Amino acid sequence: MNLFSDRKYVISAIFIGLALIFLLRLFYIQVIDDSYKLAADDNALRHKIEYPERGVIYDRYGKKGDKILVYNEAAYDLMVIPKRVKTIDTADLCQVLEITVEQFRERLVKLKKQKFSSFRPEIFEGEISLETYARLQEKLYKFPGFFVQARTLRKYPRGIAPHALGYVGEVDENIIAANPYYRMGDNMGLSGIEKSYEIPLRGQRGVKIVMVDVYNREKGSFENGKYDTASVLGQTLISSIDADLQEYGEQLMKNKVGSIVAIEPSSGEILTMVSSPTYDPNLLVGRLKKQNYPKMVRDTLKPLYNRATMAKYPPGSTFKLLNALIGLEEGVITPSTTFGCGRGFHFGGLTVGCHPHASPVDLKFSITTSCNAYYCNVFKNVIQKYPKAAIGFNVWRNHVMSFGLGTKYPTDLPQESKGNVPTVNYYDKYHGAGRWNAITVISLAIGQGEMGVTPLQMANFCSVIANRGWYFPPHIIKQIEGGTIDTTYLKKRFTKIKREYFDLVVEGMRNVVTNGTGRIAQLDSLSICGKTGTAQNPHGKDHSIFIAFAPMDNPKIAISVYVENAGFGATWAAPIASLMIEKYLRREVKRPEMEKRILEANLLPKKEDWVAKK
Amino acid sequence: MANRNNEAVLQNIDWVLVLMYLLMVFMGWMNIYAAVYNEEYKNILDSSQDYGKQLIWIITAFFIAFVILVIDGEFFPNFAWPMYGIFLLVLIVVIFAGLEVKGSKSWIGVGSFRVQPAEFAKFATNLALAKYLSNINIKIEKLSTKLIAAALFAVPALIIIAQKETGSALVYASFVLVMYREGLSGGILVAGVGLALLFVLALLVDELVLTLILAAIGALSFVFIRFKARNLLIVGGVLVAAITFIYSVDYAFNNVLEAHQKKRINVLLRKEIDPKGAGYNVNQSLIAIGSGGLIGKGYLNGTQTKYNYVPEQSTDFIFCTVGEEWGFAGSIVVIGLFVVMLLRIIYLAERQRSTFSRIYGYGLASIIFFHLAINIGMTIGLAPVVGIPLPFFSYGGSSLWSFTILLFIFVRLDAYRFQILR
Repeated sequence: MNLFSDRKYVISAIFIGLALIFLLRLFYIQVIDDSYKLAADDNALRHKIEYPERGVIYDRYGKKGDKILVYNEAAYDLMVIPKRVKTIDTADLCQVLEITVEQFRERLVKLKKQKFSSFRPEIFEGEISLETYARLQEKLYKFPGFFVQARTLRKYPRGIAPHALGYVGEVDENIIAANPYYRMGDNMGLSGIEKSYEIPLRGQRGVKIVMVDVYNREKGSFENGKYDTASVLGQTLISSIDADLQEYGEQLMKNKVGSIVAIEPSSGEILTMVSSPTYDPNLLVGRLKKQNYPKMVRDTLKPLYNRATMAKYPPGSTFKLLNALIGLEEGVITPSTTFGCGRGFHFGGLTVGCHPHASPVDLKFSITTSCNAYYCNVFKNVIQKYPKAAIGFNVWRNHVMSFGLGTKYPTDLPQESKGNVPTVNYYDKYHGAGRWNAITVISLAIGQGEMGVTPLQMANFCSVIANRGWYFPPHIIKQIEGGTIDTTYLKKRFTKIKREYFDLVVEGMRNVVTNGTGRIAQLDSLSICGKTGTAQNPHGKDHSIFIAFAPMDNPKIAISVYVENAGFGATWAAPIASLMIEKYLRREVKRPEMEKRILEANLLPKKEDWVAKK
Repeated sequence: MANRNNEAVLQNIDWVLVLMYLLMVFMGWMNIYAAVYNEEYKNILDSSQDYGKQLIWIITAFFIAFVILVIDGEFFPNFAWPMYGIFLLVLIVVIFAGLEVKGSKSWIGVGSFRVQPAEFAKFATNLALAKYLSNINIKIEKLSTKLIAAALFAVPALIIIAQKETGSALVYASFVLVMYREGLSGGILVAGVGLALLFVLALLVDELVLTLILAAIGALSFVFIRFKARNLLIVGGVLVAAITFIYSVDYAFNNVLEAHQKKRINVLLRKEIDPKGAGYNVNQSLIAIGSGGLIGKGYLNGTQTKYNYVPEQSTDFIFCTVGEEWGFAGSIVVIGLFVVMLLRIIYLAERQRSTFSRIYGYGLASIIFFHLAINIGMTIGLAPVVGIPLPFFSYGGSSLWSFTILLFIFVRLDAYRFQILR
């Protein structure tokens, strides 16, 4: 009966054979081939990036003063992982987002085409409103591939100091290539304090790995958070800016082109940095930036341009103070040395004109009346003290540079111009070596010619005089919470000019305000010392300049004011400086008429003039 | 008498087989728990969840097993025909009166209690086939015998196809293995494998090219066999049959199979890549199993199965949970357990004095084997997606009951073997 009993072996062999085939296949997919493990992680794990809040920046009175310059506000981005988008009710999603189905498709196709992996989350719709977020949250499970990521946006409660604070923006490919910390979609400081203090402000990004189910619902952390990294909050910064003074300065400069920089001489801390026209920094946050930035770039008055650190102006008559100091130090004049002034300086065929005033002129009166002839003589004598013009010029130049002019001192502000103090080389090239002398470059005596000084440098120059010979590099952050500021800002820098000469010049500056060209800046008991300047401008009306510090002894504030194309220094810049000093030292301004005159003045170039001159 | 009989049954039960059964059912249940595991429903008795329901099915299955063991051993051969008849009738009735679930009209039930008669028809068919082939006067060499035997399992298969349960119907093909054991020419297996190969080739290679290749092979075969008129006739016949088959495969594939079936086959043959559509199940299943590694992610730690990335994971794709959470080690254990069980069944079948019992045993082994081959094959991308369960593991009452009945009838028959006089 059991004829075919040997066939049990065949059948057993078939059973075992199949099992072996299965085990081989299983060995291959489970042990050898790793791609399934990656695919599984890709299915079920989401790397959630936790963006720490960016550091808050306070004004100089810190947390106690509670004047916040910038903080953060919550914002929500709708993210998408293009590869994971399945067939969904597109119309429903579009309705919530208030976009058309065509727009939806277009965006998705664009994202899918990007060269980065289409498994990477990309922003589908940035900064959705809170209501949209709420509505979306209920429906999100229906749209696999989409999720909402919370992040924060900068918010400026007072809308001041945009140039100092700078703005934050999305990183581009170049930044990512240069710095692997950043990823597509990250924000970083692109200008101002945001840029120079990017690292303390940004904190440290955290990554949380969560598991999600097939409906994209979160199911808890992966391996109890073993691979998660915690985010670290950005550090709080205390700026040296006085928010109230800054705001006041911006108001005064309204409808004027120019700049105000105020420094605390004893510390080098920048109290105010106004560049006008200014703008509300809230306009360059998130979505608004896309609309507003191009407009601002096109604006002929260049609101984005930080005149306080970037614009180079001739220092004009304010530079006479420096020439007086150099003359005294070099011994070519004494306080009692006098020069005659017959409506100007005459040498050969050359004349540098001057306004009518008494003659001869000594040091003090030269400052008070801002005599051109006096300083042409001083400058000529300094250069001619040396056997060759080039040697004398270099001596002079080194003195100028020691005041922080023509050089970039290490401030914590990005985008800073070093100004211009011409070199021997420059003149050699221009005139030929040995073919120029003091008279050739005589305009430097009165702060014209090739001299270029930024308002910040000018304020610092004033600060040096206020300190009678030294300065701390100006800086805009006084304190990093939980950290320290760069020690370079705490190192005094000295000029090579004796203190007693400074005292003489300071006296002259005091006289300018009490009975000289800057009388308008006079304010009762506040011993303001100042100097007017009027910089000739090849492009149009002269720039109005004033530098000042107060009080005369133990100065608390040194300030420089530039108003472009506004005429005499005394007319606009001096009252603005005086009002600023009053505001800072008294906390309130009690000269309503003067204040009103400034606030209402519109000194903007007429549009057609401006366009024609360009 | 009855008492003595029962004692004899318990003494003669093959406990190895029963133990393997219990082990598999337990492992199955554990994996169902893992597959639908959800922190919110941890209670193993929760009858709203698959594992809670399965527990009920398991307990009832044990009861059924017990009932079968106490039934007289003589009952099964004696009532083979009536049972076969009844199930054929039920299968037909279901076509008209059954419940429709996911497009197939193969269910009957009251309330939430539902069973699939097609599952149970397997044991009835197995009994009938065993009954027919064990007849003392049967000569398998005779064509009529072959045809009748084939009809015995082809008829229920066709009815089940009419219920649109193609997967379950395919299982009946496994009875060919039984007939082979009982003397059907080994050529049938060779022809079967050959046809399967041709089927795949016909879909992958252009018909004309394939025809030429076959002709070339036919011509070459005369290098090995003598050139005689008779051989020429055989080779020519085989060639013509093969070529006809190729063209009919192409025709059948395009005109008979339904769109989703065509897609599944194309995906299997890598002719179509459709990870979101027809290929989704297999792709996700491969990811789940493939990510298990050597020793798996640990019990209840399988992210793919736990978070529902694999569809049908407690039923047809239960092996994914094994592969993901227990890794290659778990795969070896499960597949090893099945092989040991199959070999044990063959061993037991071969020791039967009764032809009926032996044939029944081979039928049982063949059915389990076929399920194993298709089910695991599909989860690892070696077989098309055919919705048939993994015996003893998959969630589902019909399947568990049906396999319990199939197995325990054999256990009962085996325990009864000494009382059978030849």
